[in-house]
Amino acid sequence: MSEHAVTLTVNGVAHARTIEGRVNLADFLRHTLGLTGTHVGCEHGVCGACTVLVDGRSVRACLMFAVQADGRAVTTVEGLAAADGGLDPLQAAFREHHGLQCGFCTPGMLMTLTEFLRENKTPSAAQVREAIGGNLCRCTGYAGIIAAALAAARRIAADGA
Amino acid sequence: MKPQAFAYHAPRGLNEAIALLARLDNAKLLAGGQSLVAMMNFRVVAPDAIVDLNGVAGLDGIAVGGERLRIGAMTRQRDIEVSPLIARHAPLFAAALAHVGHRQTRNRGTIGGSLAHADPAAELPAICAVHDAVVELAGPRGTRRVEARDFCTDFMTTAAAPEEIVTAIEMALPPRGHGFGFAEFARRHGDFALAGAAALVVLGAGGMVDRAAVVLFGVAHAPLRLAQAEEALRGRALTRAGILAAAAAARAITPIGDMHASADFRRHLVEVLLARALRDAALRIGVDVGGGA
Repeated sequence: MSEHAVTLTVNGVAHARTIEGRVNLADFLRHTLGLTGTHVGCEHGVCGACTVLVDGRSVRACLMFAVQADGRAVTTVEGLAAADGGLDPLQAAFREHHGLQCGFCTPGMLMTLTEFLRENKTPSAAQVREAIGGNLCRCTGYAGIIAAALAAARRIAADGA
Repeated sequence: MKPQAFAYHAPRGLNEAIALLARLDNAKLLAGGQSLVAMMNFRVVAPDAIVDLNGVAGLDGIAVGGERLRIGAMTRQRDIEVSPLIARHAPLFAAALAHVGHRQTRNRGTIGGSLAHADPAAELPAICAVHDAVVELAGPRGTRRVEARDFCTDFMTTAAAPEEIVTAIEMALPPRGHGFGFAEFARRHGDFALAGAAALVVLGAGGMVDRAAVVLFGVAHAPLRLAQAEEALRGRALTRAGILAAAAAARAITPIGDMHASADFRRHLVEVLLARALRDAALRIGVDVGGGA
């Protein structure tokens, strides 16, 4: 067994811990830091529920060891809402457009689409479908999620104009 | 599940990584980890030591110089997919990468990892082979180069020795204005392909095919260059009949059959997919051979 010192920021807050090499980033966030917003589904990179941002890029937290996040900036679903709890435009659009039902896939969907909407200011529905191709949802049939993403893009563009 | 415990090593330099790999028993290199970590989570693979290449300096980046393209082994698939240099010089890589896993896995997955993993259904080893790329390896006895078409030697097995590390792929720039096509069949987009085909076509004087390179993947234990199809295309104009005749060369192969697809189904698939790849390659150099191929 190997133990490693890890220093990273999660949602802007610095954390220093000592962890075993085999602990994946999703388990580290959930069990070591208590940030249970990141969900663990398949543990082999298929379902997308554990998607977080590492240095701004969406990754599967189940396919990355926490020790590999040393020195990195991680953003989880807990980092999206404002300090006062106000939803960000994407979260608000998910609520408005029935983008979630049971909520299990939602953190991964939100993190994937957060990266996507930063890169694509005026996405088409087809591009949104492509972007969430790696995130499984068993409730919504995806239609609400796509509507939410498109609405959020319009909202972000309007707010920024 | 969770991986079995292992000793984690994070070398900062290539020589340090090579020395670790030579010294440690049952060690695995960790590149993007998008296949390896999943296999470790399932305990299909249980290494005693992990040598993480993510902190090794100088292994990533895309560069063009002297009419050659070089892609560092640790270059992320997503960075290749969106690279202006790739779009300009070797766009077949980007076309294929759209089918490699998903955005999140491409953000971590690397070209070197994909080559070293050598899954028979993987797109990147096939794309390297069709470009006549060479794979650069570094080991305790220095560096050496292996033709990409010879690199994958068997099912998830490569020409790299256990103590060698893939450091880059390199290739001559395809001529400007070349045609390229890519087609694969997967149950769901992003899943492992049941079969696929890619083609590069260069037209010469009088609109005749000067160079043609064709590769099939997912049908054998390694990417398969289809010499008969390449010969059938060379020296002739690109026509619908010519493309269908070249694609028919795929009927001669003996594909693998498994629970996902029978050998006969794969043989049928690659002929259809190769015709589509060639039709797209023709279209991209301004030759419309008509639909339905």
